[in-house]
Amino acid sequence: MTAVGSRSTASLRHRLAERGVDVSLLFLLPALLLIVGLFVYPFSYGIGLTFQPSALVQERWGGGVLANYVAFFSDPFVFDSVGITMRLALPAALFNVLASVPVALVLRRKFRGKRLVTSILVLPITLGTVLTAQGLLIFAGRQGWLNRFLLEAGIVDEPLRLVNNYTGVMFSLIITGFPFAFLLISSYLSGIDPSLDAAARTLGAGWWQRFRRVTLPLLAPGLATTFILTFVLAFSVFPSARLVGDAMGETRVMSLMAFRAFGEQNDYQMASTIALMMGVIELGVVALVLLWRSLLYKGSTGGKG
Amino acid sequence: MAATAPGEKPLAASPSTWLVWAGMAAFLVFLLGLLVSVVVDSFGRQWFATWLPLEATTDWYASSWERFSLGHVIGVTVGVALAVVVISVLVGVPAAYLLARRNFPGKRFVNLLFLLPILMPPITYGIPLATVMYAFGLGRSVVAVVLVNLVPSIPFVIMTMTPFIEQINPSIEHAARMCGASMRQVFLRVLGPLLVPGILAASILVLVRTVGMFELTFLVSGPQSDTLVVAIYRAMTSAGGGEARQLVSAMAVMYTTTMLVMLIVALRFVNPTQLVAQVKEARDD
Amino acid sequence: MITADRFESLELRNVGRSFGGQDALSGLDLTVRAGEFIALLGPSGCGKSTALNCLAGLLPLTHGEILMDGRRVDTLPSEKRGFGMVFQSYALFPHLTVERNVAFGLQMRRLPRAEVAQRVREAIALVKLEEHAKKLPGQLSGGQQQRVAIARAVVLRPSLVLMDEPLSNLDAKLRLDMRTEIRRLHQSLGLTTVYVTHDQEEALSLADRLVVLRDGRVQQVGTPDALYEAPASWYVADFMGYRNILPAEVVSVTAGEATVAVGGVRLTGRVVGTVAAGDRARVAVRPDDLSVVEAGDVVDGNSLTGTVSVVEYHGRELAVSVQAPDGTLLHLRAPKAPAVGATVTLTARAQRVLVFPESPEPALATTGAGTGASEQAVAI
Repeated sequence: MTAVGSRSTASLRHRLAERGVDVSLLFLLPALLLIVGLFVYPFSYGIGLTFQPSALVQERWGGGVLANYVAFFSDPFVFDSVGITMRLALPAALFNVLASVPVALVLRRKFRGKRLVTSILVLPITLGTVLTAQGLLIFAGRQGWLNRFLLEAGIVDEPLRLVNNYTGVMFSLIITGFPFAFLLISSYLSGIDPSLDAAARTLGAGWWQRFRRVTLPLLAPGLATTFILTFVLAFSVFPSARLVGDAMGETRVMSLMAFRAFGEQNDYQMASTIALMMGVIELGVVALVLLWRSLLYKGSTGGKG
Repeated sequence: MAATAPGEKPLAASPSTWLVWAGMAAFLVFLLGLLVSVVVDSFGRQWFATWLPLEATTDWYASSWERFSLGHVIGVTVGVALAVVVISVLVGVPAAYLLARRNFPGKRFVNLLFLLPILMPPITYGIPLATVMYAFGLGRSVVAVVLVNLVPSIPFVIMTMTPFIEQINPSIEHAARMCGASMRQVFLRVLGPLLVPGILAASILVLVRTVGMFELTFLVSGPQSDTLVVAIYRAMTSAGGGEARQLVSAMAVMYTTTMLVMLIVALRFVNPTQLVAQVKEARDD
Repeated sequence: MITADRFESLELRNVGRSFGGQDALSGLDLTVRAGEFIALLGPSGCGKSTALNCLAGLLPLTHGEILMDGRRVDTLPSEKRGFGMVFQSYALFPHLTVERNVAFGLQMRRLPRAEVAQRVREAIALVKLEEHAKKLPGQLSGGQQQRVAIARAVVLRPSLVLMDEPLSNLDAKLRLDMRTEIRRLHQSLGLTTVYVTHDQEEALSLADRLVVLRDGRVQQVGTPDALYEAPASWYVADFMGYRNILPAEVVSVTAGEATVAVGGVRLTGRVVGTVAAGDRARVAVRPDDLSVVEAGDVVDGNSLTGTVSVVEYHGRELAVSVQAPDGTLLHLRAPKAPAVGATVTLTARAQRVLVFPESPEPALATTGAGTGASEQAVAI
C-alpha cells in the first residue's frame, strides 16, 4: 500500500467532467445556436452595415465609412430624436417607479379582492401598446368620455388636447409601464422580511422612520432595477409614438427614425446605425443606474430579488 | 410622495393612504374607460358628439372580418404563436436545466448572451435581423415571423424555467439514477412531470407575449404573414387617414377578447407577479 | 422474498476526490465484504459523504479505483452499478405514489408487470406501510417517507445499499426506532450496507465495522468495540465518547504505561502510540471510567480532587461536572448526586486512562510510513 499519489488516475473524460465539460453540455447547444444565429450574427452583421454608408449619405454628410455616424450626429432631424426619446422615457420611468412604491406598500396588506386588483393592473401589460392607443384615441379624444366629463362637470371650458401629442404618448407609457413597475416593486417588497419592520417597531421607530430607515434602503436596489426595466420599455416606445403621438413633431422618437430609415427609405445601413445607437444610449443609461445602485447600497435585499 | 406604513391597521389609515387609494381608483377608472370606449365604439353605427352611439350594430365585426381577411390573420397569429411556444420550450428548457444545475467554463458569458436580447430594445437587434432575413429572401414570410419572435422567447423561457428547476432537489435526480434510470429516463419520468407547471406557465407567457409582440413582427411581416396586432396597426395607419375607426375597434375587441381568455387561463397557473418578475432575477446578479 | 444479489468483496483502492485542487477525500483503502454493515463516521466536511457519492457514482473519482470482485466499477455510471441509495432528504419522487416510487427502479429494469407488483408489495410490507401505498410522499410523515426511501432502495435487491445520514432529519425518538428498523432489515435481508453518519452512537449500534474520517483521511477502521476500547488517536477517542480529553505533559514512560502531569496532578495511563518523557500529550478518559471516591474506598493509583460545579439528571444516573483546582472541567457519571460546591476526590484505573501523542493523526501515520491507519484496518 502506497502513499497517495499526486497524479490523478482519472481519465481525461473524468477530468473534463470535473470542470463541467461533458456530453450534457449538448443540452445548451440548440438554444445557443439559435441565439448565435438569430441574435449575435445579425447583430454583428448590423454593426458591419453601419460602416458601409450608402452613396447618398456619404455624398451628403461626408466622413467616409463613418458617414452614417456623421449623419446621425449632424442631421438635426435624426439627432433631435435622442432628446425627444429621453424627454419621454426618463419622466415616464421615474413616475412609474415613484408612484408604484406607495401603491405597493398599501396593497401589501391582505384584503378582499387583492387578487382582482392585481389582475386588473396586469391587463395593460397583456393588451399591449396598439390596443392602449386605440382606447386612448377614443376615450381621451376631443369627443371622448374624458373630455365630455370634464366639460359637463365644468372643469374645463373647451376640450383638452390629450392625444396626438406628447401627453398622449406619456399616458400610453404610464398605462403600460405603471402596472409593470408596480408588480416588480411588489415582488421586491415581499422579499423584505416583515419581521424587520416589527423589529424596528419594537425599537420605537414611527412609520415614517421605519419606511425611511428600514424599508427604503432595503428596497433601493429593487427600485433601481425596476427603473431600468421600465426605462427599457419606455425607451423603445414605437407604436404609441406613432398612433397617439405627433410622429413628425414632439414625439419623433428614435425607434420611429430607425423604422423610417428601414421601412420607408430602405436605407438598411442608416437604420442599423440608428438602431445601434439606441442600444448604446439605452445601455449607457442602464449602466449609470447600476453604478448609482452599487454606490448606494451594498447589502442584500434580504430576500431573493 | 407620501407613503403609508406597512402593517398599519386599515382603520387607522392616514390621509396619505386615502390619497394612494384615490390615485389607484383614478387609474383603474381611466383603464376601464379605455377598454369600454373601444367596446362601445365597435358596436356603434356612428358616434360623435354624444355620450353613447345613437344606434347599435354588429356590422363592423362582419365588415372588418372580410376587409382585413381576419380569418387568415388569426390563423397566422395562432400558428406563429404555437410554433414559437413549442420551439422555445423544446430549446429553452434543456438549456435552463443545464444553466440551473451545472457549472462549466464560460457560463457567465452564456448567461449574458441569453440576457442581452431581453435587455436591449427590440428595434436594436430587430433591424439588423430583419435586414439579414430580407437578404436571405425570408422577408415577409411566416418563417421569418417565427424566427424573430424566437429571439426574445428563448431567453424568456430560460429565465422563467431556471427558478423552477432550481427548486427541485438534485438528490431526487440522483435517486432516480441510483434506481437505474438513464439520463433520458430521468428527464422523461422524473423531471418532466415535476416541471409541467413551470413549462405550462412559461408556454402561456410566451404565447401571450408573442401574440402581443408588435415591433419585431412588424419589421419582417408582410400582407400574408401579418399577425393580428400588426394588422390592427396597419389599419390604424394606412394611407388616407386610416380605416373607419369602428372597424379598428371591432378588431381590437376581438384581439382583446382572445388575450383576455389567454390571460384568464394564464392566471389559473401563474401568479400575476410572475408575468414580469422572473426577468429581474436573472438581471439582479 | 427479497434477497440481495451478492458480490464477494468490494475493494476501494486509494480512492480520492478533489474539488478544484482541494482534497475532499484522499487515500481511502477499504474492503467491504458481502453482508457487512460499514459505517463512515466523522464530523461534517470530513469527506464521508464524498466517499459515499464516489461509491454511488454520483461523483467521479479523481484518484484510485473501485473493484467489485476484481472488476473495475468506478468507470460505470451510477445507473449501471446496481447499488441502492437512501438519501438524507429522502429524495422521494413527489409526483408518484408510495407504490410507484418503490416500483420506479423495477420499471427502469423493464421487469414483467406481475413481478413488479409482487416485489413492490413485499417491499412495502417489509417497511410496514401497506395502508399508505396509494398516498403521495407529501402526505406522509418524515419517518414514513424514510421507510419509503428504504423500500425503494432494497426492492432492487441491490448488491450494496448506500445510506447518507438517513436519520438526521428525524426527531430523537423516531431516530431510535428507525435505527432498530434498519438493523433488522440489514440482518433479515442479508444486505451489504455502507452507512454515513456523524452520530457515533448510531454508528456503534448499527455497524459491523466503522471507518472514522477526518479532513478526508481515514483515522481508524475497526469493529465498534475495537474502536471503543482502543481508539488509535485522541481524535478518534473524542468521537468515541471519551469526553475528557486533557492536554498533558509526559513525565515518565515504562512498559506501555506513562505518567503524565495534568492540571497540577499526576496520572498514570496506558500509552497509545509513541510518547517519550517531556513530550506534550493528550489524556483521554470516558465519563463512565471516572468515579467519585466514597469514604472507605481504597484508591488504586490515580486520584484527583475538585469541586462539583454542575449536576444533570439523566434518568438512572447523573452527569456530574467537576472543576479541578486549575480550572479544568472533568465530566463523569455518578449513581448518587453529590452536592454542588462539595469537594470530591475522583479516581480512574490506569488501564482506563489513555495517553496519546499530541498529534491527532493515528499513531502509525505519524511515522511517515504510508497510510498506517488503513494498514491497521486491513489487519483487523
